[in-house]
Amino acid sequence: MSNHVWRPAWVVLGVVALILTARYFYVPSDFGTHERGFMYGYYRKASEEDWKKIKVKYRTKDYCKDCHADKYEMNMASKHSIIQCENCHGPAMDHPENPQKLAIDKSRDLCIRCHAKLNYPSSRRGELKGIDPDSHNAGMECSACHNPHKPSLEGLK
Amino acid sequence: MSDNCSRREFFANALKLAAVAAIPVGALKILEPGEAKAAIAKTGVRWGFVVDTHKCIGCGFCVKACKNENEVMYDAPVSRTWVERYVVTKDGEVHADTPNAARDGFTTPKIHGQVIPDSEITKAFFVPKLCNQCENPPCVQVCPVGATYQAPDGVVLVDRTWCIGCGYCIMACPYGVRFFHPQFKVAEKCNFCYHRISQGMKTACVDACPTGARMIGNLKDPNDPVTKIVLNERVGVLKDEYGTKPQVFYLGLDKNVR
Repeated sequence: MSNHVWRPAWVVLGVVALILTARYFYVPSDFGTHERGFMYGYYRKASEEDWKKIKVKYRTKDYCKDCHADKYEMNMASKHSIIQCENCHGPAMDHPENPQKLAIDKSRDLCIRCHAKLNYPSSRRGELKGIDPDSHNAGMECSACHNPHKPSLEGLK
Repeated sequence: MSDNCSRREFFANALKLAAVAAIPVGALKILEPGEAKAAIAKTGVRWGFVVDTHKCIGCGFCVKACKNENEVMYDAPVSRTWVERYVVTKDGEVHADTPNAARDGFTTPKIHGQVIPDSEITKAFFVPKLCNQCENPPCVQVCPVGATYQAPDGVVLVDRTWCIGCGYCIMACPYGVRFFHPQFKVAEKCNFCYHRISQGMKTACVDACPTGARMIGNLKDPNDPVTKIVLNERVGVLKDEYGTKPQVFYLGLDKNVR
């Protein structure tokens, strides 16, 4: 075959070789088809481990109960036992090292998430004790009167 | 025997050929004991979820916890999970909203600025939504680079180092669960708090839920409470007609829920 055919052919082959070489170094060795087959399982296997390494921020009540036993027991005896400490106190993360102090959310906005009265039949929200936030002591913090760890009316401050 | 194949012979041979061709290659493969054991062990976990819409009170603690736990910017209008409110009135109309993905809960009877009088309401309820971790995830099929995938335990994950941010998967999800992460510039989605469930914890939303409306479990364990609900109770899934085989099951699902 004549020269004018071979020269561009060599260029094309060179480009293909370059792409394959780059691909060899760029694509990790664990990238490929895994358990779920080509359609759903074509990925980099180490990515699973990357996700598992994410730090847990919400540690649940079990993490709080030893140091704050008094508050924990008071809470567990009340109707608010179903609420996690961290829902109001914020994620514990590595408390007490980091953060040393948790930012407690005492705002009305937090309480009315559940206790703004919504008369919804066919939803448990309708059965929940609630107030109209606009007329019930507007502007005051709920915790000025109510004890969030012991929310029953006997617990009123 | 003549050179010409008789009609009888032809049919007999065709049948034999069809029978042989019908045997799949896999049926002839003999697994080593080790291989067989590994194949069973790998399939020991399949994460599934149950949402009890009767129990949900629309407090939005799940959304708050999810955003903090999974580093989804708190004030950005995106979320891995959200809660929808449905109010059906006597005239048959459906009012639905999810203000700020219900991050701050539902604190007012106003829906899109409109107050619906209690006497007009026939039914009203909350529906939490999250990734369905479909058995046939359409979002995974469309990924052009292999950045999103289904882990062996059924959870659909996104490889942040590999995602090119083309957004095909965001378009492909029939449930609108995926979004573009404003900070990492990649596709983002609920992954059942993979870092928590893989070390024996529950997801952040399940832990934060005060009423137990959300439950996560292993569908391959017949004694798991979630599996028992899925097997024994009347559960529904979202958009069954898409054939995605969602693995988030809803108790008390209403026809108005999309």
